[in-house]
Amino acid sequence: MKDIFKVANKKLKSRLIVGTGKYKNFQETAKAVEASGADMVTVAVRRVNILDKKKPILTDYLNPKKIIFLPNTAGCFNSSDALRTLRLAREMGGWKLVKLEVLGDKKTLYPNMIETVKSTKILTKEGFKVMVYCTDDPLLAKKLEDNGAVAIMPLASPIGSGLGLQNKINISMIIKQSKVPVIVDAGIGTASDATVAMELGCDGVLINSAIAMAKKPILMAKAFKDAVISGRNSYLAGRMEKNYIASPSSPTKGLI
Amino acid sequence: MAKIQLNGKKITINSKSSIQDLLKKYNLINKKIAIELNGIIIPKIKFKKKYLKNKDKVEVVHFIGGG
Repeated sequence: MKDIFKVANKKLKSRLIVGTGKYKNFQETAKAVEASGADMVTVAVRRVNILDKKKPILTDYLNPKKIIFLPNTAGCFNSSDALRTLRLAREMGGWKLVKLEVLGDKKTLYPNMIETVKSTKILTKEGFKVMVYCTDDPLLAKKLEDNGAVAIMPLASPIGSGLGLQNKINISMIIKQSKVPVIVDAGIGTASDATVAMELGCDGVLINSAIAMAKKPILMAKAFKDAVISGRNSYLAGRMEKNYIASPSSPTKGLI
Repeated sequence: MAKIQLNGKKITINSKSSIQDLLKKYNLINKKIAIELNGIIIPKIKFKKKYLKNKDKVEVVHFIGGG
């Protein structure tokens, strides 16, 4: 059986998308991305350091022709900053598939959903394909889809917290109602969290801190690769029913 | 000479410098970058003909690691 993962007509081989922030250096970033097997990475847009012309840059280590760059709006706290960032990203090399996140609060980094919905609508009208970081509220997730989001990306728990999936019920509701891919973004702490998300039926997961902040990031990237494949296979295989009484695994007939 | 602001820093450039000249000065030719001049995005094809003047504010951005 072919199990194809598509976001806005882009076919992805891996259901694991990885972030490129928080690594020790670019060598480590590149090695972790490779070990993760991801074919899409998120990247941020920032000012060029004009004072240091020889400083290495991300594109020296990750080739946007070989790996899909997904520009994000991390650090934007209102719609106009997010729009400005993504319009610049598009200018850099024609990126139309983008990740929108409009933050509402510095402490929790929770998304400001009012600004997020507004921005999704505008960006879609401008021809962007918008993957949207959001809260795990099913009504708002539906609202994003109605406004053109090509992927719904609810948080598992706050960005960078590593607290794992805190509301499986809501994530399940979003999965059931969505016609576009649902990708859990933010808060995943360790490989098994990703497996659980995939077993729930998520189409993919986006991981940054859990890999970059691990003691051995490259090994953790490999762990996530396997965890996502395992979770997906487990979801497709369909788990057994839960029973509250035991059922012997060996036949009772022929017992001596 | 013209005084402009580049990525928040005040710098002096030769008068009649284009965006292309500025990029050359900072080793940014053929890099994956985007330019905003006084809040307006300038498409690549206009880099050579867009001249900078006193008090212009230029932003040069690129991709960095992010989640």
